[in-house]
Amino acid sequence: MFSLFRSMWMVFLHSFRRRITVEYPTVMPRIAPRWRGRIILSRDPDGKERCVACYLCSVACPVGCIALQATEDETGRRYPEFFRINFSRCIFCGMCEEACPTYAIQLTPDFEMCECNRQNLVYEKEHLLISGTGKYPDYSFYNVAGLAIGGKAKGEAENEAPPVDVRGLNL
Amino acid sequence: MMEAIMRLIVVVGVLAVPLTLSGLLIVVERRLLALWQDRYGPNRVGPFGLFQLPADMIKIFLKEDWIPPFADKAVFIIAPAIIMMSVLMSFAMLPLAPGIMVVDLNVGLLFVMAMSSMGVYSVALAGWASNNKYSLLGGLRASAQMLSYEVFMGLSLMGVVLMAGSFNLREIVEAQRHTWFCIPQILGLFVFSIAGIAETHRVPFDMPEAESELVAGFHSEYSGMKFGMFFVGEYISVALVSALIVTLYFGGWQGPWLPPVVWFALKTSVFIVGFVLMRAALPRLRWDQLMAFGWKVLLPLALLNLILTGAFVLATR
Repeated sequence: MFSLFRSMWMVFLHSFRRRITVEYPTVMPRIAPRWRGRIILSRDPDGKERCVACYLCSVACPVGCIALQATEDETGRRYPEFFRINFSRCIFCGMCEEACPTYAIQLTPDFEMCECNRQNLVYEKEHLLISGTGKYPDYSFYNVAGLAIGGKAKGEAENEAPPVDVRGLNL
Repeated sequence: MMEAIMRLIVVVGVLAVPLTLSGLLIVVERRLLALWQDRYGPNRVGPFGLFQLPADMIKIFLKEDWIPPFADKAVFIIAPAIIMMSVLMSFAMLPLAPGIMVVDLNVGLLFVMAMSSMGVYSVALAGWASNNKYSLLGGLRASAQMLSYEVFMGLSLMGVVLMAGSFNLREIVEAQRHTWFCIPQILGLFVFSIAGIAETHRVPFDMPEAESELVAGFHSEYSGMKFGMFFVGEYISVALVSALIVTLYFGGWQGPWLPPVVWFALKTSVFIVGFVLMRAALPRLRWDQLMAFGWKVLLPLALLNLILTGAFVLATR
């Protein structure tokens, strides 16, 4: 009997507590920077696409919502011919971001992406590509990779010595 | 002529005020429950979410009113009407202020008791007519509940009747001019409040509905405005029991400074909020627990109260 009144009193004391509801459409909730929301494709610090079209994100995707086609420019730099994410399938697991070797594909804290038409949830490369670098401002894949592409010969990457001519005798 | 118009206003008022109030009560309850669960509740429609009530009403009036083909049609339709009728009839007896009551009946309290017992028929018949096992279980539980609380409910009120020397609700209020009956009749108040909660089928005694066990209990098969009648009927009976507690134990309209009607409304709303608080805090009992509690604890308590009050009245008179 006493415990009944006690629990009623304790519930009554909740009248003076702060309400934990965040009134979302009018008040934005605090969203962590690592929130797994809308997926984007980022660019190098010098403004080129980071994606090298290695298909790893597409393979890692558990629901298979990423489709792309690799191609190469005349200097040997790989990039996706098209890059398509079907967000009506996407489960925002972040596996693509983990799989990406070049930090190109990233998940952002934006989650407000409802559409009235399901077809509008299919994002093409022009919708995915952003102008900035995303979470890794200084990273540029070709600057740390040994591959030679247009404007960068072998041995010119960071922490890289010029190539050794193994057939030369004057080592 | 003036008097006839006054009476008409009172009659319409007593009919309309509980109906609108109980609608409002639905919103108030949702807001209060939300407050006690650290939420906001419906606060979007209009100021403080008050327009939620018209919105809900429009919704429920537009809903399809479906009678299941396996139901006992006549009884199915009558059942929700009974609860509204019986509860609203009881309101006619309540003295809201000196001179503001519909009927000044000498057996007013008896009439209220009879009408509130009628309300059980609504639940039992609804459970029966729905021809659905969950509804039937709900109706059965309502009957079992009624068997356990009606006896001590009546007996607990006899103390008040003895003290006031009348069944007339107006005279009972007037008899509390010096001391409210909640002090000498504390036992009776305790027993009657528990009976009142059981009467309204509210948490912790909401076994007839028990939405977590019996779908929706006796009104599982009801839809549209018939369901609305049960729903509103429950809230009106909450208001009725609160008003009865105020009338019988807390001096009705009496109080200093403020006009009598305001006092009555204030006291009643305190008890209504108490009902909501109970719903926010307490778990549901089993119906056999209620029966055991009723017959083994509350009935002896009510009898004890009656004997003590009788002895007291005999000694002082």
